[in-house]
Amino acid sequence: MAATQEEIVEGLAEIVNEIAGIPVEDVQLDKSFTDDLDVDSLSMVEVVVAAEERFDVKIPDEDVKNLKTVGDATEYILKHQA
Amino acid sequence: MSKINPSKGAPYARILGVGGYRPTRVVPNEVILETIDSSDEWIRSRSGIETRHWAGPEETVAAMSIEASGKAIADAGIDAEQIGAVVVSTVSHFSQTPAIATVIADRLGTNKAAAFDISAGCAGFGYGLTLAKGMVVEGSAEYVLVIGVERLSDLTDLEDRTTAFLFGDGAGAVVVGPSQEPAIGPTVWGSEGDKSETIKQTVSWDRLHFGDRSALPQDSQGNIKFPAITQEGQAVFRWAVFEMAKVAQQALDAAGISADDLDVFIPHQANVRIIDSMVKTLKLPEHVTVARDIRTTGNTSAASIPLAMERLLATGEAKSGDTALVIGFGAGLVYAATVVTLP
Ligand SMILES: CC(C)(COP(=O)(O)OP(=O)(O)OC[C@H]1O[C@@H](n2cnc3c(N)ncnc32)[C@H](O)[C@@H]1OP(=O)(O)O)[C@@H](O)C(=O)NCCC(=O)NCCS
Repeated sequence: MAATQEEIVEGLAEIVNEIAGIPVEDVQLDKSFTDDLDVDSLSMVEVVVAAEERFDVKIPDEDVKNLKTVGDATEYILKHQA
Repeated sequence: MSKINPSKGAPYARILGVGGYRPTRVVPNEVILETIDSSDEWIRSRSGIETRHWAGPEETVAAMSIEASGKAIADAGIDAEQIGAVVVSTVSHFSQTPAIATVIADRLGTNKAAAFDISAGCAGFGYGLTLAKGMVVEGSAEYVLVIGVERLSDLTDLEDRTTAFLFGDGAGAVVVGPSQEPAIGPTVWGSEGDKSETIKQTVSWDRLHFGDRSALPQDSQGNIKFPAITQEGQAVFRWAVFEMAKVAQQALDAAGISADDLDVFIPHQANVRIIDSMVKTLKLPEHVTVARDIRTTGNTSAASIPLAMERLLATGEAKSGDTALVIGFGAGLVYAATVVTLP
């Protein structure tokens, strides 16, 4: 079953918490991964790999650089999830 | 049909001794910053590397190998004449013929040991170890010397900010010999040639010589650049953290042990971030000692695992008889993982 926007943000929050140690409540749609959430380019790869598993999506390397904010990632997953 | 005698090998094989050689010149990040726009902080946080060793003119692939091998042979408590085969894994010996292994075998004083080079990038140590185990058990050699050696500084483009800080030089060697109990587990290995473009040499030797010279990469002075290793960093990072953790788990499963049974984890030293991610994914318990030799050694490709093994044993962080998971991965892409008992 496809995840809702709310479930995706919640899931991303857990992933970011696990990888970068950021409190889940800080992970909001308008937050930038690198500027606000301490997720650098390599942690971002780990976030993407975890999100792929969790939401059953494929996020190719060339798309990763366009996912600047939690909102970008959420929208991408909503659109591409199986 | 005539009857052919079978060869007679040992019941099992084990690593009997390990040795390493690190070039005398220590290169801190400050030196790297002379040729790329970066910072010490960036290099440390993205790779874990603080210093690396670069070989001088006298520290050739053969010279470093002989130093490391001498220590491994002494550690194993055997004589060089007892060695039946020498396997050298390297991508940075710049004369393809003859194999450098023959020169090393001779200079070490082996008795005409079989000797050859292999090319398996950063998985080279695991590939060599697997061949050595096979030879000992099958009986074509009683003792096999496996060497991983690189002068990657020769293949580094110091003006490429995505690789200039990564690589280092050095040699690591082990002696593999007979054992009454299994001490080298099943190898989980393979290749993914569909990703061969993700880590490669910028310019092939033939193109350097015969190709259109105006199309070759040039340095800031307009000179044609010597070939260097280039990579798609993010793609390789993703593959390493995601796929290699699975391979490491398969090696544990194949050996019939769990993460709890492990004493030591010695992954290829490519990036401390890859190592940390694997430790997490594999759920390695606190008591497992993890090699992070990359901090002061950089990525030395085929040499990284035996160098890290030697250092852990020398510092007492690991001890003889410990159970260690080793995994190498790199250009090819290729990989090899196995569980071993430390010498
Ligand atoms: C090499 C590696 C550390 C590079 O890290 P990365 O995060 O992928 O680097 P990127 O090239 O994507 O760059 C990320 C950002 O850092 C910047 N950057 C790149 N190199 C930099 C450097 N040396 N110093 C400072 N900033 C740098 C980039 O410009 C980019 O900035 P931007 O987002 O503002 O555009 C990493 O990809 C890696 O280790 N990969 C695995 C490689 C490996 O293990 N190979 C060997 C296997 S044997």
